[in-house]
Amino acid sequence: MELLIKNGIVYDPLNGIDGERMDIAVRDGRIVEDVSPKAEVVDASGMIVMPGGVDIHSHIAGSKVNTGRLMRPEDHYGDYEQRRPHRRAGVGRSIPSTYTTGYRYAEMGYTTVFEPASPPIKARHTHEELDETPMIDKGCFTLLGNNWLVMDYLRDGMIEECKGFVAWMLEATKGYAVKLVNPGGVEAWGWGRYVIGLDDEVPRFGITPREIIEGLCRVNSMLKLPHPIHVHTNNMARVGNYETTIATMETVSNQAAGSPCNIHVTHVQFTGRKGSSWVNVRSGAEDISSYVNRRSHAELDVGQIIFGDTTTMTADGSFQYLLHILSGNKWANADVEVETGAGVVPYTYRRSNYVNAVQWGIGLELALLIEDPWRVHMTTDHPNGGPFTEYPRVIAWLMSRRARDKTLSKINKTARRRLNLPGIDREYTLGEIATVTRAATARSLGLTSKGHLGVGADADIAIYAVDAQRIDPSREYKLVRRAFRRAAYTIKDGEIVVKDGEIVKTVFGRTFWVKPRVEEELMEKVREDVKEKFEEYYTVRFGNYPIPDSYLKRPHAIKAGG
Amino acid sequence: MKMEVRDVVCTVCGCCCDDLIVEVEDNHIRSVRNACALSTSKLMDHRERLKTPMVREGGTLREASLKEALDRAAQILAEARYPLLWGWSLTCNEAVSIGVELAETLGGVIDNNTSICHGPGLIGVHDIGISSSTLGEVKNRADLIVYWGANPVHAHPRHMARYTLMARGRFRRSRRERTLIVVDVRRTDTAKLADLYIQVEPNGDYELLSALRAAVRGEEIEQEDVAGVPIEEIEEMAELMIGCEFGALFYGVGLTMSRGKSRNIDAALSLVRDLNSRTKFIILPMRGHFNVTGANEVTTWLSGYPFGVDYSRGYPYYNPGDTTAIDLLRRGECDAALVVASDPAAHFPASITRKLAEIPVVTLDPHRSTTVEISDVAIPTAIVGVEASGTVYRMDGVPLEAKMLIRPPEGVKTDAEILTSLLEGVKTLRGS
Repeated sequence: MELLIKNGIVYDPLNGIDGERMDIAVRDGRIVEDVSPKAEVVDASGMIVMPGGVDIHSHIAGSKVNTGRLMRPEDHYGDYEQRRPHRRAGVGRSIPSTYTTGYRYAEMGYTTVFEPASPPIKARHTHEELDETPMIDKGCFTLLGNNWLVMDYLRDGMIEECKGFVAWMLEATKGYAVKLVNPGGVEAWGWGRYVIGLDDEVPRFGITPREIIEGLCRVNSMLKLPHPIHVHTNNMARVGNYETTIATMETVSNQAAGSPCNIHVTHVQFTGRKGSSWVNVRSGAEDISSYVNRRSHAELDVGQIIFGDTTTMTADGSFQYLLHILSGNKWANADVEVETGAGVVPYTYRRSNYVNAVQWGIGLELALLIEDPWRVHMTTDHPNGGPFTEYPRVIAWLMSRRARDKTLSKINKTARRRLNLPGIDREYTLGEIATVTRAATARSLGLTSKGHLGVGADADIAIYAVDAQRIDPSREYKLVRRAFRRAAYTIKDGEIVVKDGEIVKTVFGRTFWVKPRVEEELMEKVREDVKEKFEEYYTVRFGNYPIPDSYLKRPHAIKAGG
Repeated sequence: MKMEVRDVVCTVCGCCCDDLIVEVEDNHIRSVRNACALSTSKLMDHRERLKTPMVREGGTLREASLKEALDRAAQILAEARYPLLWGWSLTCNEAVSIGVELAETLGGVIDNNTSICHGPGLIGVHDIGISSSTLGEVKNRADLIVYWGANPVHAHPRHMARYTLMARGRFRRSRRERTLIVVDVRRTDTAKLADLYIQVEPNGDYELLSALRAAVRGEEIEQEDVAGVPIEEIEEMAELMIGCEFGALFYGVGLTMSRGKSRNIDAALSLVRDLNSRTKFIILPMRGHFNVTGANEVTTWLSGYPFGVDYSRGYPYYNPGDTTAIDLLRRGECDAALVVASDPAAHFPASITRKLAEIPVVTLDPHRSTTVEISDVAIPTAIVGVEASGTVYRMDGVPLEAKMLIRPPEGVKTDAEILTSLLEGVKTLRGS
C-alpha cells in the first residue's frame, strides 16, 4: 500500500527539517524515497506534518492504573465513549479504559506510548492491558529500584550478578527500560517507614538510595540498554526536594561517557520544589535548569500539571499516603512483594491554591529555562499532572507567552509574584514542539525508526490542520491548541487510522521489549541464584514467573548489549 | 507414557496455589501432589461431565451437533433485546475479554459472581480506597494476621500455610513470630488456631468495627460490650493491631454478606486506613473462585467498572443493585441469558432461578450443572487449568498462567473458542 503526503509543511528535527514544504512518500508501512503514481494522495496543503507523537512517560496500563479505574467510578460517569463504527465503547477522563486510551492518543497524532512503571510480578497484567490498547506502539519500564535482589547484589558489591539479574528481569517481564521509583524508599514503605535523603540507609538492607542509583546506572551502561535509567527521585513528598533532584543527577555524573544521557529524571515538576515548608514553597526550576544546562549527561521530562481533577498514581506508595493525608481524599495502596509498591489518590489542582499554582509554574519554567529541547521532554506524567488529552494545552503554553499570561492572570496571586515565569519571554517554535513531543523522546528511547520521517523510518505520521506560514502561534495559540487536539490525519504503519480527528480504522501496534545480550555462563549462575531466593521470598514459583514472547499480541524484541 | 507436570496452577479458590505437581498418563491425571483436598478432587474427578452439546426441543434437552448448538445460541442472543451475560469467575481472562465484547455488541449486561459475593468489597473501594498488598508482603513481613468472617481452614485450605500464619518469609520465619486473631460468629476450625478469638454477634460486625476504630483512635468507649464482645477484648485487639509491625486483615463473605454489606466493608477499609497512621496495615478479601479477581480486572480495564456493566446505552453504565444479575432477573427485564462457567441455578435464590428459567438460557460449562437443566442450549467446554490454559488472577491480583494438562474430550472446545464463534455468529445475524 502506498501513500503520498503532498504539500505539507514538514517538521522533522532528527533530520534537520524545520518547516519545509515537501512531500512524504510511504510504502508498506515505511517511509520511502518515492512512490508510484497509483499511490493514494493525502493533500496536506496548509497543514503541518510531523512524525507520530512518542510519549515517554504515561501511566496507561497495569495494576495501579486499573486500581485507579476501579476506585473512581465518578471519573467515568461524565466522560464516556459510545460504541461507533470502527471503535469500541469505553470511558475516559483521567483514567480511560484501554480502547479509549488508544483512540484518544491516535486522535492527537500520537503513535507510540510507554507505560513507565510496571511491577515485575504483575507484568503479565500490564501486557494484557497493552494488548487491548489499540492504535499505538507501546512498551513498559520494569520497576527495579526497590528490588530485594538488586539491593542485595549491590550491597554485596556483586555488580556482574546484578547485571545478569537485570537482564533476566527485562526478558522475564518483557520490559523496555530500568525504572527506579524512590529507590529504597518504597521498600521502607513496606514497613510504613520512610527513606528521605540519598544517604539514608534502607531499613534491614544496609544500602542507600545513592548506592542503588549508582549501581543500576552502571548496570544500565554495562548492558548498553537503549534508554538510560529512568528515575523518579527520592523525597518527592517534601518541600526542598529540588536539591534531591540535582543530587540524584550529580551522583551519576562521574559515570557519564559523553553524548547519550546516562540518566532520565522523570516528572521533575514534582521534585522541583524549593523552600522549607508548604507556606514558603517556591520554584526550584532555575537551579535544576542551570544544572541541566551545564551538564550534558542528564535529561528530564516535565510532568506538567493541568488545573482540574485527576487521579494521581505512582509506585511511590509513601508519597501517595502523604498526599492522602494532605488532601483527605480516598487512598489506595498496593505493595508488591520483593519488588515495589503503588498508591492511588484522586486530586484536584486548583488555580487558587498557592502550592498548585507554584507547581504549574515549575513545570513551565523547567521547559522554558532548559536551553536544549532534546533534554526536556513534554509530559503531564499522565494522569498525575493531568490527563494526556490536555497536551495541546501545554503546547499552547510553551508556544505562546500570551497563553501563559492568560493563565497567570487567573492563578493564586502570591504564587504569581514568586514565580519566575512572568519574566520569561521564550516561546517554543513548532520545530521545538516536534522535538519535545516526538523526536527527542524517540531518540532517548533508542527507537531508531521512530520520531523522524527519514527514509526507512516507520510510517507513523501526524498531520495537523494549522497553517504554519500564515498564523502566529504566539497570538493565535487557540488555533494551535485546536489543531493538536484533533489531528487532521494520523497515519500508523502507513495506514490512515484517523481522519479529521475521527478514528477510521482500528489497528494494534507492537510491544517493544529489550533483550540484553549477556554471557550464558553468568546467566546460568544468576538463574540458579534467583531460583533459590524465589522459594523464600516470593509466593509464586520461579517457573511461573517469566512471560513467554508468545504471550504478547505483537512482541518486538530489541537486542541490546555488546 | 507417564509425564510429570510441575508448577501447576490450581484452579479452585482465589489462592491459585502454583506449586502443584501432576502426573499425567495417557491423557489422564494419575496423581496430584502439594494440593489440598478441594484441588485434588477437582483435578482427579471428572464425573458429571457435559459431553455433547444439547438443545431444547419440545421441552426436553436433546443432543445436538456443535454447529446446531452454536447457531441456536447465536440466534437466541442476537434476537434478545436486553440479554444478561453471567458468570465468568471460573474461566480465564481471555474468555472474559471476549465476553465483554459480546455484551457490548449485544447491548446487554455483563455481570460476574462478584455481585453475589464480594461485590460490597469493591463498592467499599469506590468509597474509601484500600490499603492492600500482594500476599508475599504478608508472608515476608506480617507479624499479625486477622481473619474476619472467613474460615480458610475449609474454604482456602492452603492460605495459612503458603501466605500467612505458617509461611516462612524473609523477615518472619515461623508461626511463633506471628499472632493470629479470628473474628467470627462461631468458633470455626480457623478460630481454634487463634491467639485471640473474638466472637461477634451475628450481624454485629459494623458495630464491632466501629468500636475498634474508636479504640484505635484512642477514644473511650462507654458501653461494657459491643456486638456481644466485652470492651476489654476490643481494647486488647486494638492494642495488638496498633502494636504490630505489619498487620494483615483478611475478610470473607461473613463480612460482605452479613447485615450492612458494603457498610461493613467501608468500616473495615476505614479501620485499616486509620491503622496506617500508627503502623503498617493491609486488608485483602478472601476471594472464592480462582479467577473472580481476573473477571473484575478485565471488565474494569475494558469498561471502567468491575461487574454489573450495562451496555444497553451503547456505552458502559454501572449501578450495582440495578445493573446486577439478581436485580435484573427479579424485575424480569432480561429476555435472554448467557451463562459462562458458573451455576446460577444452584446458587441464586429459588425465586430468581425460576425467573431465569422463564427466559431462553445459553450455558457454556464443562459439567452437567443445574443450570444446564434449565437451559435451551448447553455447550460443553474445556476445564480451564486442566484441559485449557489461560491467564488467571490470584485474590491479590497476581497474574498466573493456568496450564493445560490433558486434552479435553473429543470435540470439546475452550470457552474462548466458543465465545469467539458466538461473537461472530451474533455479528453476522445482527449485520454489524
